[in-house]
Amino acid sequence: MIPVTPIPSAASQARIQPAATSPELLRNFCIIAHIDHGKSTLADRMLQLTGVVDARSMRAQYLDRMDIERERGITIKSQAVRMPWEVEGTPYALNMIDTPGHVDFTYEVSRSLAACEGAVLLVDAAQGIEAQTLANLYLAMENELEIIPVLNKIDLPAAQPEKFAEEIAGLVGTDPDDVLRVSGKTGEGVEVLLDRIVQAIPNPVGDAEAPARAMIFDSVYDSYRGVVTYVRVMDGNLSPRERIVMMSTKAHHELLEIGVSSPEAIPTKGLGVGEVGYLITGVKDVRQSKVGDTVTNAKKPAESALSGYSDPKPMVFSGLYPIDGSDYPVLRDALDKLKLNDAALNYEPETSVALGFGFRVGYLGLLHLEIVRERLEREFNLDLISTAPNVIYDVQLEDKTWINVTNPSEFPGGKLLDIQEPVSKATILAPSEYIGAIMELCQERRGELQGMDYLSADRVEMRYILPLADIVFDFFDALKSRTRGYASLDYDVTGSQSAELVKVDILLQGERVDAFSAIVHKDAAYAYGVKMCTKLKELIPRQQYEVPIQAAIGARVIARETIRAMRKDVLAKCYGGDISRKRKLLEKQKEGKKRMKTIGTVEVPKEAFISALTSEQGDSRKK
Amino acid sequence: MSPALPEGEDAPASGELPQWTAHHAHSRNFGVYIHIPYCSVRCGYCDFNTYTATELGGGASQRNFANTACQEIDLAGEALRQAGFPDRQVTTVFFGGGTPTMLPAEDLVRLLHRVRDVWGLAPDAEVTTEANPDSVTPEYLRTLAAAGFTRVSIGMQSSVPHVLATLERTHNPANVPHVVQWAHDAGLQTSVDLIYGTPGESLSDWEDSVRTAIATGAQHVSAYALVVEDGTKMAAQVRRGQIALPSADDQAEKYERVDELLSDAGFEWYEISNWSRRNEVGEPQPCRHNLAYWRGHDWWGVGPGAHSYLGGAPLVNGKVEEGEKAGIRWWNVKHPVRYAAALEQGNSPAAGREILTAADAQLERVMLGIRMREGLPVSALTADARPRVAQIIADGLVDPHEAVRGTLILTRRGRLLADAIVRDLT
Repeated sequence: MIPVTPIPSAASQARIQPAATSPELLRNFCIIAHIDHGKSTLADRMLQLTGVVDARSMRAQYLDRMDIERERGITIKSQAVRMPWEVEGTPYALNMIDTPGHVDFTYEVSRSLAACEGAVLLVDAAQGIEAQTLANLYLAMENELEIIPVLNKIDLPAAQPEKFAEEIAGLVGTDPDDVLRVSGKTGEGVEVLLDRIVQAIPNPVGDAEAPARAMIFDSVYDSYRGVVTYVRVMDGNLSPRERIVMMSTKAHHELLEIGVSSPEAIPTKGLGVGEVGYLITGVKDVRQSKVGDTVTNAKKPAESALSGYSDPKPMVFSGLYPIDGSDYPVLRDALDKLKLNDAALNYEPETSVALGFGFRVGYLGLLHLEIVRERLEREFNLDLISTAPNVIYDVQLEDKTWINVTNPSEFPGGKLLDIQEPVSKATILAPSEYIGAIMELCQERRGELQGMDYLSADRVEMRYILPLADIVFDFFDALKSRTRGYASLDYDVTGSQSAELVKVDILLQGERVDAFSAIVHKDAAYAYGVKMCTKLKELIPRQQYEVPIQAAIGARVIARETIRAMRKDVLAKCYGGDISRKRKLLEKQKEGKKRMKTIGTVEVPKEAFISALTSEQGDSRKK
Repeated sequence: MSPALPEGEDAPASGELPQWTAHHAHSRNFGVYIHIPYCSVRCGYCDFNTYTATELGGGASQRNFANTACQEIDLAGEALRQAGFPDRQVTTVFFGGGTPTMLPAEDLVRLLHRVRDVWGLAPDAEVTTEANPDSVTPEYLRTLAAAGFTRVSIGMQSSVPHVLATLERTHNPANVPHVVQWAHDAGLQTSVDLIYGTPGESLSDWEDSVRTAIATGAQHVSAYALVVEDGTKMAAQVRRGQIALPSADDQAEKYERVDELLSDAGFEWYEISNWSRRNEVGEPQPCRHNLAYWRGHDWWGVGPGAHSYLGGAPLVNGKVEEGEKAGIRWWNVKHPVRYAAALEQGNSPAAGREILTAADAQLERVMLGIRMREGLPVSALTADARPRVAQIIADGLVDPHEAVRGTLILTRRGRLLADAIVRDLT
């Protein structure tokens, strides 16, 4: 089947060739949407209508390449696709920049937005806007992007286009009649949307004669080609084989290949002002090609870099340990490989008395944590324990020096002058009937209400300042369960505050189990201690000795449970017919013993660590 | 014999044995176990291979069972000869069940005579039968004694009626001392079996049972913690919440109590669950047949579901030599009808078997050796395991003086934690 091309004449096609397209004929846009609001399906329809992918080679959600992305139906890594489209006889090249949909990747989203002049705000006509979408919308509006509001899934019986058109028109500041209605599934309304993109979104403007300035909005490691860097050219142009400079690191590279995705990589003679495409320089690590950085010509370098660059900063930390200690080298190699493709991944070796050798890993957020762990387990066949996630604390010691604590077990004892914890601005969208439940939850988590607005008659936006630590524990699960799944959450770390925090240690037979140490607010310490002691008592089998389990703040014990000594571990009968069976039972028990970690003299099943630690962090998968 | 047969390879229908099994056979005793798979009723806790129907057909019927089992004894004699075993007189015979005394005394005698005819009985052979207190008479016991039986093991379980009721034992507890007396009169040694930790049994119930057992004058006592095995009626009652599972702590306390009471009465433990009194000349009177299991000697198990074992590799410094085939164990088909059918066709009734590697045998050596009062030589442990002995001594699990002299003998606390010790030492 020959792809249907929307540009029938060869002369028209020649006008939109890469490196030879006038900026007036370019449109750069992205799609802002919540994860299950159908962004990828809509993108698929656009690829088909513009003829860049024929129906036969169409995979559902063509742009999401990683298995995990496909399975979770979310986009982690953005891509850019160049599509032809003709309006009233004029050919245009549309660059669709796919943005990550999750709060953990706000920085990457901001860079994707900075590469565009317009954004399609895509909202499920049956669900309305979600908190993360709203946050990204605000971000797009701050970047002065032209917003095209669109309701998707209008084919669904539960769709309420009137209601939600009003809601998003109110947010964008337009007339409800200007809100487009499409169905990514059936294709209805998609052509109109493509026309609107051409008509409404301004074309890019730049100085073609100036030294090149291209902004990196994505950087992907490919095992065959090395790092593939996606850029938007702001000024000047880039050509194959020339030498380029990364302005933040001053590193020089040769442009081995430059091209556009359509959606497969197509090498071109270069990229001009306003164009979006990819670069290959042969580097092997995405850290050498950082999102937000500016690429310029080595011969004729730009004087100043584009604004908005920052290094990804891990917000959430967790220990990562192989269940089988002999897998430590495998985990180390796996992290080294993953790092090539994930500039935000941060780790250093760590040793836990309880869990052995592992790493303390810094993540952008909980979803990032989940994705990294899942990729390690799936792609490298590892069984891992991750300890309860925690945030970074700045602690002022008695001598007035400040230290940075990323691991609760390293939290200093003694008198502390100040403890600063990160706080975040959280936005919660929910039906108004849940206002009470949400306020109650946020109060329990030390939240301070900043404001509340009605988006429509029955939907409300609530803004809170919440300690980040309270969000990363299990806030999202609690929020979902108290609002029957209707609430959505977005948060952004905004600063820090002084807090009365204490470290609660858990001791087994008097020995501190570092993996269970936690930093909690002093009012929550007792409850945490009791909960951990009770849980561990259930999880740890009886031993030959009585085993006290204690929760303590410093030397002060705040909770205690006791595992009574096991008095009997013997089969009474062992005659001729019992011997084989008994030997096999013992062999099985010995296998089980290998999965035990010995702390002092206490044998703790690995499963106990896993259950004690995982239930604490909730399941951000549901996000 | 437990109902669930182990996993193993197929056993040849011919009953042929590998030649290596006969190596060093002179250094091992040879015992015969005969399983009688009948009971008048099945008790709720029992998972043994036993049947209550009196009329299983053909060779599987109670009436024909002795004939059928004699065929296996003949087959066993032939198989051992062909594998190159030297002539060895049988040192111990044990009739278990089921309830062996469900069969007429003449049938048990016939089976014993067949054993004697095929292999010969050692002059001091120990010949034991299990007995239900309600199914024997003085006459019955005299017949056995006259034919060469030396010992009777009586299934007493408890002296307390409500405990017996929970166990669904139907015998009259008042009969037990009579049976012991009749056995002694007939010149037989006696043992009584007890069960502790039955749901609803108090500590004083248990003490009553132990005192009653002591008062019978039996020379030997076995006491077992009740184990609720999957597939039994009692397991179903526990699952439905009709009765509460006995607690391990309760069983531990009762074990300590029985050990104290028996010690006070002049009994000595020789295996975790077995105690005996000394005879007039000061010799202990253990069950030598059972000791042979724990010491790794050879035995042939006759009857449905019975297990057999033949060792191969000799022990060097108390340990099995690396790389040697260390022994073979096999087990017969469980159901009496299939058992009889195999023998009728001249085939071996074996259902499956396993060849023990040195590592298997090593584990069994420690697992079984540690259970006995005679102890386990420290030299029998692997080099890896030996350093762990110090902790076991420090924890009070073995007698420190004996351990220093090279033998691990469990303390009372150690006996209750024997499996944990084995896991640690293997």
